[in-house]
Amino acid sequence: MTDSSLISGIAAPLGIANLDTDQIMPKQFLRGIDKSGLDQGVLWDLRHDKRGQILADFVLNMPEYADTKILLAGPNFGCGSSREHAVWGLQQFGIQAVIASSFGEIFYSNAMNNGLLALILPQKDVDKMMHQSSDNSIPLKIEINIRTLEIHSSNITLSFNMSDRHQRMFLEGLDMIGASLKFKEDITAFSHRHWAQQPWVRDVAARTKLNLILPSL
Amino acid sequence: MKSKTLYRKLVDSNTVAVLDAQNVLLFCDLHLMNEYTSPQAFTGLNVLDRKVAMPGQSVATVSHIIPTSPDAHRVIQDPSSALQARNLKHNCERHEIPLFDTNDELQGIEHIIAPEHGMIRPGMVVMCGDSHTTTYGALGALGFGIGTSEVEHVLATQTLVYRLAQDMRIHVDGKLPVGTTSKDLILMIISKIGAQGARGFVVEFCGNTIDDMSIESRFTLCNMAVEAGARGALIAPDDKAIEYVFARATDMTLDHREKALEYWETLRSDMDAEFEMKYKFDAREVAPYVTWGTSPDQAIPVTGCVPVADEWQRESTEKALNYTWLKENMTLEGLPVQHVFIGSCTNGRIEDLREVASVVRGRRVNSRVRAMVVPGSGAVRAQAESEGIARILKEAGFEWRKPGCSMCLAMNDDVLEPGIRCASTTNRNFEGRQGRGAITHLMSPAMAAAAAITGHITDVRKLGVSND
Repeated sequence: MTDSSLISGIAAPLGIANLDTDQIMPKQFLRGIDKSGLDQGVLWDLRHDKRGQILADFVLNMPEYADTKILLAGPNFGCGSSREHAVWGLQQFGIQAVIASSFGEIFYSNAMNNGLLALILPQKDVDKMMHQSSDNSIPLKIEINIRTLEIHSSNITLSFNMSDRHQRMFLEGLDMIGASLKFKEDITAFSHRHWAQQPWVRDVAARTKLNLILPSL
Repeated sequence: MKSKTLYRKLVDSNTVAVLDAQNVLLFCDLHLMNEYTSPQAFTGLNVLDRKVAMPGQSVATVSHIIPTSPDAHRVIQDPSSALQARNLKHNCERHEIPLFDTNDELQGIEHIIAPEHGMIRPGMVVMCGDSHTTTYGALGALGFGIGTSEVEHVLATQTLVYRLAQDMRIHVDGKLPVGTTSKDLILMIISKIGAQGARGFVVEFCGNTIDDMSIESRFTLCNMAVEAGARGALIAPDDKAIEYVFARATDMTLDHREKALEYWETLRSDMDAEFEMKYKFDAREVAPYVTWGTSPDQAIPVTGCVPVADEWQRESTEKALNYTWLKENMTLEGLPVQHVFIGSCTNGRIEDLREVASVVRGRRVNSRVRAMVVPGSGAVRAQAESEGIARILKEAGFEWRKPGCSMCLAMNDDVLEPGIRCASTTNRNFEGRQGRGAITHLMSPAMAAAAAITGHITDVRKLGVSND
């Protein structure tokens, strides 16, 4: 059993539906040219009051949730903007997995591409875990096994699905670009066939930009 | 041969390799970039000394952070944002990618400038590190938003590992009532199918309502499909779309045009193609729509009341109403606004500004309202000036600003103060989107113009303006 197949730790309940990436990573944290410091911005408006003071009663600010590794989230988590900063920030904040009944599509891809597990369970099972979490005075611990595709919390063990490709990416750390670059010759050959059929697509950006005059709309 | 949807045809025509049952290696015909979702992608390339595979298929613009004050020469004051702009220029120079830079007179929002200069052509696959890339479906091009890791992947390979979507068809028939637009139609559709009603699907819009729509109205429709969770939106290219493209794609030779026409005619779903999900709407039921909550699906006709939530939605409804300072059963009409924002990739085009001008002409912006117009691009701005629209707006008391994304996401210095209520032609009413504690009501350009005049949310039809 390697480390990359197990995610285990405290799960914080955050059941807000349609929690968008604007809220996960607000605009004022998107001004960098690198990925650093994004843990500061995660869920800023939920974690802080208007003067920037920590809100003590927000779950992720409670001392017992300081080591949260998993979010139990509401449906359509990460909808909205494509900003990958939301994923980077959650990871820098210590989050390794988000469990929800559905995810915003771009967020889902971004998460998987970065090794943040976006784990989909039926809403009734997410609700069960939410209840387990709220029924206990101590934080709920969840264990996720990516090799066996099982998730375990308290007295519940469930299996979950993820695509073979994503599972491999988590277990083997697939270099996507490296893998696609192996198709380089196919891509070049494809482009020549494609441009023979649709010559108006070749260098479309460069050619258009060169020709530009102020158009009449 | 098996019947195919338009979506499948577009995917198939750009598939380099089938990777597994769910994923293909998809060729990208046009890759658009902005200053804030591309830097880390370029860094990733540069660190490994990888090259941009096909720089002629990419174009970049400074759009999200750019100031919109109407100064002759624009200077980005915030040091980090200024660095983002410099960094984009540096990356574009290094990799020979064309750029619409800060003071380029044609600079603008990516989703406005790409089609207006004829870069979007039917049949293309277009990717951009921005969720509103679904806009290009209006011209029969498959556009979708990607993350920064994927931007890097596209730069390095000109392809993307693409997870296939399912097919949805939304059929709309009937004439849109006077005073309503495609913005009202899409808000109505989102309110009925929900913020994740089209999640996992590429939506094809069809029906005689769509046939009758202008291309710019179709952009608005496809642009906001992502607010229902859609992974793409499509409209089969018709004569109108082809005419729009031919008028702008000045590099296409006569020979190309003939060949293109032949191909573009095939870009429609086959008669018996199967869709996993189908909806039908009647355009005659559309009214001017306004959002009341903090998700684009929380929208009602301006004549309606804030709905009473079902039990399963109670928590999210209460949270939204708490944020927007509203209550169940309240009417929106008459609600005072302090700000009006007209612009964005959803509604920052010339037709939108014409509509605003037709409402505003001869009237004055209410003294309690700050109203601004941010054209979607330099070309839109110039056109509005030459048509006299800018003069009408300025005389009425609107701020006439320079192009950019501006207050749609408030990433530049156009940010609202807490508690300010804004009538906005943008696409997202998320909490804090236009500024922490600021309240966004999404609506059409005509409705936003009406709110600017009266100082409160107003049924534009009562101002006696027709859209004919």
